[in-house]
Amino acid sequence: MAKRIDVSDLDIYYSNFLAVQGVNISIEPRSITALIGPSGCGKSSFLRSLNRMHEVIPGARVEGKVVIDGQDLYGPDVDPVDVRRQIGMVFQRPNPFPTMSIYDNVVAGVRLNGGRLKKAQLDELVERSLRGANLWNEVKDRLARPGSGLSGGQQQRLCIARAIAVEPEVLLMDEPCSALDPISTLAIEDLMTELKERFTIVIVTHNMQQAARVSESTGFFNLSGVGQPGRLVEFNPTQKIFSNPDEKATEDYISGRFG
Amino acid sequence: MSTETTLAPSGTGGNGSPGPVRTHRRLPRYGVAALYLGGVVVGALLSALTGFSIALTVVYGVVLGTLAVYLVARRVEGRRKATDRLVTTVVTSAFGIAMVPLVSLVYTVLDNGLGRLDSAFFNSSMLGIVGEGGGAYHAILGTVIITALTAAISVPIGLLTAIYLVEYGTGRLKKAITFLVDVMTGIPSIVAGLFAFALFALFFGPGIRLGIMGAVALAVLMTPVVVRSSEEVLKLVPNELREASYALGVPKWRTILKIVIPTAIGGLGTGITLAVARVIGETAPLLVTTGFVNGTNLDPFSGRMTTLPTFSFYQLTQPGFPPEFGIDRAWTAALVLIILVMALNVVARLISRIFAPKTGR
Repeated sequence: MAKRIDVSDLDIYYSNFLAVQGVNISIEPRSITALIGPSGCGKSSFLRSLNRMHEVIPGARVEGKVVIDGQDLYGPDVDPVDVRRQIGMVFQRPNPFPTMSIYDNVVAGVRLNGGRLKKAQLDELVERSLRGANLWNEVKDRLARPGSGLSGGQQQRLCIARAIAVEPEVLLMDEPCSALDPISTLAIEDLMTELKERFTIVIVTHNMQQAARVSESTGFFNLSGVGQPGRLVEFNPTQKIFSNPDEKATEDYISGRFG
Repeated sequence: MSTETTLAPSGTGGNGSPGPVRTHRRLPRYGVAALYLGGVVVGALLSALTGFSIALTVVYGVVLGTLAVYLVARRVEGRRKATDRLVTTVVTSAFGIAMVPLVSLVYTVLDNGLGRLDSAFFNSSMLGIVGEGGGAYHAILGTVIITALTAAISVPIGLLTAIYLVEYGTGRLKKAITFLVDVMTGIPSIVAGLFAFALFALFFGPGIRLGIMGAVALAVLMTPVVVRSSEEVLKLVPNELREASYALGVPKWRTILKIVIPTAIGGLGTGITLAVARVIGETAPLLVTTGFVNGTNLDPFSGRMTTLPTFSFYQLTQPGFPPEFGIDRAWTAALVLIILVMALNVVARLISRIFAPKTGR
């Protein structure tokens, strides 16, 4: 189920502007990899390049290789739509579809991709996904109500349920807790630790305690200056990053001496 | 106007108040009302000098009352508050002036049109009618048919253009289309009528009059309105929803069809309904394209058709003998037209309310 991702010499451009340069990283399956770094250093751009979501922005492009289980995602005959079916994504702000009920939100991925399942199968999928996202007990009596009526934390877990309902190999999370309170954050962190049994998870976070709590490996992105491209400064097991990092810049950032 | 009220209980007015917030003397409500009443009384006297009239009394009253309130407020409350009162009055008066023609128009049309708003008006055409009686049965059906045809032409073209502009268009082509749509919005309606006339004259020879010609002319006017309103509404759909859909591996066309359009459907429906309301009352392009006929013609592809605006126009300009019956019919046709437009507006509001994304818990 979960897959390994190898990235080599990845450059990310917005039109002519080089946003991220020379990323080499190898993401282990069934683990949580955290990406930290200051704002604007290209963490999110890098994350979005992993499922070709950055192409949605006009003028954005990528050079280099992203290989998932031996297949290059940027190969000439690879359809970005197929890539995104394999690699799901959860965004910073909860974004349930406002026209759909909780139930329809969860099955949106399957339905919109033209999947025809029987009612019983859909029911089972909804329960399984919502249980997977730790939301089932809270919403099981109001599945027909609109998803936008839930609280922020519940909405974010609904989005996670929606993402895992299509059974992706990899789950990308772009600051999934930054709009949430500590209790909802805890719920989602617990959820991530459960989900890593089945998925490869990559999470971008500004919260270093969160990176330290949940992840196995951590990558530190940084810019050398304004207008310069962001780079992956260090990629190591989380333990090592937070206790004895190889790079001085990493240590400065983590200990708050940065800038 | 020496009555004073203070904001803070401990304040005594002016700058000497002990509290942290400065308190001011304020004009009491009845003081302001009294000043205006005084203004109206003086205004009535003034207008009586030149022969009494209600309109002049109101104008004098408002001007004098405002002046008095401003001066008194300036003495009692200070400059900022006085300016506030003055500007409030100016804004409110502007609104009142804007309402005058609207109310007057509705009143006149109701007054003149209600007389013939009977069942005969809706049941009979003008076939063989010279004086009394007759109705707009043929014109009402003509309006409905031609407007429906117009919508059938404009809505697909306009909606798809808007989708192209918002979801696909880039660079020069998008700019060019936007510019052309803007230009088209400003085309005088008679030009659209002449365009349709010239177009059909090419194929069927001059002198041709068809219902479909009117629909083509109106579509030229309606399409840019549909494009503009749909574009604005589609732009309002948050990008996050599109990204959420893409991230589930949903192709772009399906995202547009299943996420973007359903999210915007309320606004789209409202925009289209208002665009229909915009063209339903057009007269000039229909005069040159659909012509005028006294009998009922339900086939837009053969023969002349009458619509409510042209019906009204002809009843007014060629009322027959004696003329008052024709003029009454013209007013009633105008009234029916206003009712139709109002009904469309109500429908638009209902659409936007029913289809708005639900937020209930």
